[in-house]
Amino acid sequence: MTRLTSLTAIAVALSLTAGCAHRRTASELPPEPPSATTAETDADNAGDNPIGTALPGSRGDFLQSVPADRVFFDFDSYALDDQDRATLDAQAAWLGRNAGVRVTIEGHADERGTREYNLALGDRRANAARDYLEARGVAASRMQVISWGKERPANPASNETAWAENRRAVTVVPE
Amino acid sequence: MRFLVPFAALLSLGAPALAQTEPPPGNDEGQLVVDVTGGRRAALPIAVPYMPTPQEAATAAGGTGALGRQVADIVATDLGNSGLFTPIGPGGLHAVSFPQVTAPDFAYFSTTGAQNLVQGFVQANPNGSLTVGCYLYDVAAQNELTRQGYVVQPRDWRRAAHRCADAIYSRLTGEGAYFDTRIVYVSETGPARRRIKRLAIMDYDGANHRFLTNGQWTVLTPRFAPNQQTITFMTYQDERPRVMVYELDSGRTRPLVTGPHMTFAPRYSPDSRYIIFSMAVNGNTDIYRIPVAGGTPQRLTNSPGIDTGGSYSPDGSRITFESDRGGSQQIYMMDADGSNQRRISFGGGGYATPVWSPRGDLIAFTKTGGFRIGVMAPDGSGERILTGGGYAEGPTWAPNGRAVMFTRGASQGELWYVDVASGATRRVPTPLGGSDPAWSPLRP
Repeated sequence: MTRLTSLTAIAVALSLTAGCAHRRTASELPPEPPSATTAETDADNAGDNPIGTALPGSRGDFLQSVPADRVFFDFDSYALDDQDRATLDAQAAWLGRNAGVRVTIEGHADERGTREYNLALGDRRANAARDYLEARGVAASRMQVISWGKERPANPASNETAWAENRRAVTVVPE
Repeated sequence: MRFLVPFAALLSLGAPALAQTEPPPGNDEGQLVVDVTGGRRAALPIAVPYMPTPQEAATAAGGTGALGRQVADIVATDLGNSGLFTPIGPGGLHAVSFPQVTAPDFAYFSTTGAQNLVQGFVQANPNGSLTVGCYLYDVAAQNELTRQGYVVQPRDWRRAAHRCADAIYSRLTGEGAYFDTRIVYVSETGPARRRIKRLAIMDYDGANHRFLTNGQWTVLTPRFAPNQQTITFMTYQDERPRVMVYELDSGRTRPLVTGPHMTFAPRYSPDSRYIIFSMAVNGNTDIYRIPVAGGTPQRLTNSPGIDTGGSYSPDGSRITFESDRGGSQQIYMMDADGSNQRRISFGGGGYATPVWSPRGDLIAFTKTGGFRIGVMAPDGSGERILTGGGYAEGPTWAPNGRAVMFTRGASQGELWYVDVASGATRRVPTPLGGSDPAWSPLRP
């Protein structure tokens, strides 16, 4: 059952990748109602990670091997604290053991900043995590960053708990 | 499409009532009763009866009689939307016959409480076009203040109505017009975690809505070129967040800048030749300038802080922008070449998204921490909060510099409008949620 779910997820991911490969520009496509199959869903690691079945170097393996796939920031800050550094140390160690894996580091902000500033702030946060991983030996060529600003909250609520969850940099391992 | 046809052209159409009318008086004869700068004056009562047709005829947009009623509805709505007028009618007013268009029943309209009166007509022409006549009267003085005629294709009948409202607004306020304009914005739907964001364009009043992108990729912050030939916006197409240029005629989209770094916060120079934008390089964001046609970016700021949100002065000589180089988000000013950078906001709290008014007299901004929309003079003086609440951010100016549109709402975005003089607000209708509006200049 678990395996079936994984295969389904892979099939979906592949079909989405195939969709991207066309690089169709928006203007070539007629406007359509939004559907559930946008290529750009959560790039988060959330979702399918069955315990005990993860292949080495897979997303599931990564999530089982590190304390967290993400680090959190204070309001309008991109400083890493001791807990963040411990998380990133474990991520760097895993990336050291899986030298073929490339990752994307996503930077996010909470909703209390303006849109454009938050894009820049998310970029700062992603780069803070990236720079730390590089200092711990992960080759820069294996990491790319993307900022989502406040466009992809992990928690859509509008309170302190949600905001704290949304101020984050997530290390995303491919499926 | 032809607009602002010389009135002689209308006379040749053979409407006998028109030929009897005196030419419109000069500006000095009309009373300037609306004070848009002082604000909070009572709105001016203005009667807008239904517009008759000299002869009922079918057109591609419907019968001329029905169009006359719809044009009057739009004129009344536009004037009411401004917050400066209280429209009377069209419903409930006496019917106006075609000959009365140029010979109003002033005695009747004086009983409605109206100070001014808008009359007009809709006529089908042999070549398939429409003529919309538009007349403004002073009810007490019983004289004509202005008249305009518009020859349009039937599909553009709403534009003729907006042009009529623009002529009346300008005549009575002495200000520039803004009803015959469009809004490009981001249409939003779906849950916050995977919101679908599509580029959309519509008339300023929400009519003629259409989508420009299909929602496959998140788009943000569209802006009109002053020449209205292109729109610039940010997209996550191919998961590469960057600024694109969309050509309105061809529908083609191309990246503004090549290279691996995120680009965002684009805005045109007043001559439409350049776009300033922000680029994030290894965690540091600065403002750059590049020709719209492409070329080498020229770096304008060089601070370790976040410099973004640039906006040109109307004469193109200066740029206002936001920076947190001093520890918090504040508004700064620089010359167009990046020199002479200095902070202008000192009111306490954070400031973001400065946008220079087309008139040059004010800079609109978002005050962070509470999300309010305000204005200040370009030297930073005279700060005034217009409205707030509900995560208000991202002001865009009406082309006459008297109104601002902005985004309100985090979980479900909405477009709102605020009159700068009165602070009166109203929601702008959109089919789905909306954010990041950008107001076009007056249409050519």
